[in-house]
Amino acid sequence: MTGTLRVEIWRGAEDGRFEAFEVPTQPNQTVLDLVTYVQRKLDPSLAYRFACRVGVCGSCAMTVNGTPRWTCRTLVRKVAADGRVRVAPLRNLPVIKDLATEMAPFFDKGQEARGRFIPSDPSAKAVATIPPEDPKRKEADGGIECIGCAVCYAACDVVAWRPEYLGPAALNRAWTLVNDARDGDATGHLQAVAEDAGCHACHAHQSCAEHCPVGLNPARSIAGLKRLVILAALRGQL
Amino acid sequence: MKRLELWLYIAQRGSALVLAPLVLLHLAVILYAVSGGLSAGEILGRTRASLVWPATYGLFVVAAAIHAAIGLRVVVGEWTSWRGRSLDVAMFGFGLLLLLLGLRAVRFIA
Repeated sequence: MTGTLRVEIWRGAEDGRFEAFEVPTQPNQTVLDLVTYVQRKLDPSLAYRFACRVGVCGSCAMTVNGTPRWTCRTLVRKVAADGRVRVAPLRNLPVIKDLATEMAPFFDKGQEARGRFIPSDPSAKAVATIPPEDPKRKEADGGIECIGCAVCYAACDVVAWRPEYLGPAALNRAWTLVNDARDGDATGHLQAVAEDAGCHACHAHQSCAEHCPVGLNPARSIAGLKRLVILAALRGQL
Repeated sequence: MKRLELWLYIAQRGSALVLAPLVLLHLAVILYAVSGGLSAGEILGRTRASLVWPATYGLFVVAAAIHAAIGLRVVVGEWTSWRGRSLDVAMFGFGLLLLLLGLRAVRFIA
C-alpha cells in the first residue's frame, strides 16, 4: 500500500467540523498512526489521547468511520472505505477538544455502580483458593479483562437516550464483583445497580458486545445482574 | 417510591410473562372462531356460558394495560425530551384508559 490517504479529523469541541489531511500510507498502518502523523507533521495543535499503543491501556478509543474502536489496534486497510478515514471523538461523552473526550462521566459511573472490590476479610493473609471450574468464577472470568476504553459506552444507544444510565462497562465490572468469592458486599453491589438508571434500563441491543475490542460481552453480564436484582427485590433483600 | 424504575421493570416483565401465553390463546381462539364460521351470537353464547372466558380476557386486559403503559413511558422518555412527573401521570392515565376500555369489552362477553 503506497500513496496517500484522505484523513478527516474532527476539530473543535461540541461545535466543530471535520478537517481533511493527506497522510502517506504505510504497510500495517493503524488509525492511531494516522492521527499521530497529522499531529507530528501537519498540525501540532491537534488534541488526542493515547499511551501504550498496544491495546492495553484503553486510552486511544475514537470513532472511526462512524464506529467506536481502539485506534491503536485498528488497521487502516480494514476500515478505509474508498481510501478515506473519518476520525471523530467518542460518542456519549463531552468533547474537550478535537479527538479528546472528557472521560470523567464514564469513570464516575464505575463508582456509582459500586464497581470497586470490597474485601470480605481485609486482614486475610492467605490467598483465596477459587477453583477454575467454579460457576461463579467462570462468570467473573467472562468480564474481568475490561481495559476501560469506553468503546461500549460510546456504542450504547441507551446511554445516548438516557445519559444517566450507568452503561455497559460499569455494570460489567459490578457483575465480576458480585461473582467474586473474595468480595464481601454482593448486596451492596446489587443495590447500586438497582438504582433508577441501573441494569434494568438496558435494552439488550448487544452493541457493547458487538464493539468491545477485547471481545467481552457486557450485555451478558447485565442480563445476569438483572436476574439477581429481580430476585433480590422480590425477596426484599435490596 | 424507592427504586420505582426497578419495580416498573419487574411489573413489565411480569405482565409480559402473563401476556405471552394469553396472546397465543387469543390467536388460537380467533382462528377457531373464524374457520368454524361462528356468528357473533354463537361466540357470545359460548363466552357467556362459562366464567373462564371473561376471567381469562379480564386478566389479558389487566396485563396489557400494565405492560403497554410502562413500555410506552420508557419509549417516550428515551425518544423525546418528555420526562418526569407529567409523563408518569399521563402514562398512568393511558394505562387506566386501556384498562377501562378493555374491561368494558370484557363485560359484554360475560
